[in-house]
Amino acid sequence: MPDISAWFNDLLSGNLIFTATTMGYYWTGLVTTTQLVFLSLVIGLVLAVPLAILRSSKRKWISLPVYLFTYVFRGTPLLVQLYIIYYGVVFFDGIQESVFWPIFREAFYPALIAFTLNTAAYTTEIFRGAIKATAKGEIEAARAYGMSQGLMMRRIIIPSAFRRALPAYGNEVIFMLHASAIASVVTLMDLTGAARYVYSRFYTPFEPFLFVALIYLCLTFAILFFFRFLEKKLLAHLKPQTP
Amino acid sequence: MKKLLSVSLIGLAVAAASSAQARDYDHVRIGVDVPYVPMEYRTAEGDLTGFDIDLGNAMCEEIGVTCEWIEQEWDGIIPGLLSRNYDAVMSSMTINDERRQQVLFSEPYITMPSAWFAASDLDIDEANEETLEGLTIGVQRGTLQDNYVTDNYGSVADISRYSTADDMVLDMDAQRLDIVFLDFPIGQSTLVENEDGDYVIVGEQITEPKEYFGDGFGIAFRQRDEALAEKFNEALATLKEDGTYDEIYTRYFGEE
Repeated sequence: MPDISAWFNDLLSGNLIFTATTMGYYWTGLVTTTQLVFLSLVIGLVLAVPLAILRSSKRKWISLPVYLFTYVFRGTPLLVQLYIIYYGVVFFDGIQESVFWPIFREAFYPALIAFTLNTAAYTTEIFRGAIKATAKGEIEAARAYGMSQGLMMRRIIIPSAFRRALPAYGNEVIFMLHASAIASVVTLMDLTGAARYVYSRFYTPFEPFLFVALIYLCLTFAILFFFRFLEKKLLAHLKPQTP
Repeated sequence: MKKLLSVSLIGLAVAAASSAQARDYDHVRIGVDVPYVPMEYRTAEGDLTGFDIDLGNAMCEEIGVTCEWIEQEWDGIIPGLLSRNYDAVMSSMTINDERRQQVLFSEPYITMPSAWFAASDLDIDEANEETLEGLTIGVQRGTLQDNYVTDNYGSVADISRYSTADDMVLDMDAQRLDIVFLDFPIGQSTLVENEDGDYVIVGEQITEPKEYFGDGFGIAFRQRDEALAEKFNEALATLKEDGTYDEIYTRYFGEE
């Protein structure tokens, strides 16, 4: 172990830009980016499933509000949403005294809220498409068995819709990772924020941005790998069968 | 024929020699990070103004070149100069050794202390490791104030870094920040004077140590543009002599 750290120090010695300090910034950045993206995706997914079911309802008064939500959040840039949630809330009088202030005071939670709502909107539409694409025959068969609407949703429509949505959802996860690069505009030290800091301190654009680009590539690769694995498992029945 | 050839060769040599030297400018593009009241900002009508702008224009007139101001966010302002997006930077830039490795500075045209600013109810008299412990400090990313705060208080306080001074003031108003560290006149005009008594300066104005706070504000040029920097230095000396400099100074900072 001391060998490795000695080797590492040796490697970094005489290098102004890749020092232990800047590595610390990149590490903080990686942690922040991962937390932000992971949490927003999980919460977004949990929100998106019921929203997608409401969105596919035939009753206008149920589906329309959800449609408005997805329309607004897909129809405006994430950067604008982040600005509104972070800088906009402080224009509500008395927000500093309210119980919400500990949440909005930090930069992390407004960013998390913006990212979550944004990914929830996209994921809702992805799932709605998948629910709509359920084969008619499956629904008719479920009805013929006398399944109620709820039971049919739970046993037939949702499981198959999940599978159909998987490839599109994998893309959404990668988009979310890349979209998180705007977090540094609200003072968060994410990966891009760390690169911007090193860039502005040492006036060197190439090293920090190439370095974080590499980290983003690694993260993307891990996500791709995970979804490839999931697709292989869950979509096995769609593959051409060899006897 | 031989004569013609040698003449044209001389011509070529002269052309080569002059292009190897720095360009002769008749139009100078100057990078500036806006807004930074009262050094550079836009009026309600949208006109660019401020101490840097007026002094820069006066210098250009003195030299006999036309000047164009190009807006650029602070954290990319030196890379923008090096990649020829503009030919000079006149944007409250403090001269220090770190920057001298990248750019060529003119003589300092103004010296400017930094200072701490906080809400009047924060109730500390002086900024040091004990009083700042656990507070959130706002700085503009990549400024010397950022470097100073990061190196000295990074371990005891939270540091929030902003792209523009405006965003920082907004978050100060929002009470997300406890204290900010800024160029003194900027904090004085945007926080203390603008917000009637909500904000005060904390402790003394700060100019030491020199490794952070440098030698005053200078105009930055690319290293090879020595001739251009020399012209601006001469213009500055002339303006100081004929009183134009004092007049511009009084316009933005009042009587000394």
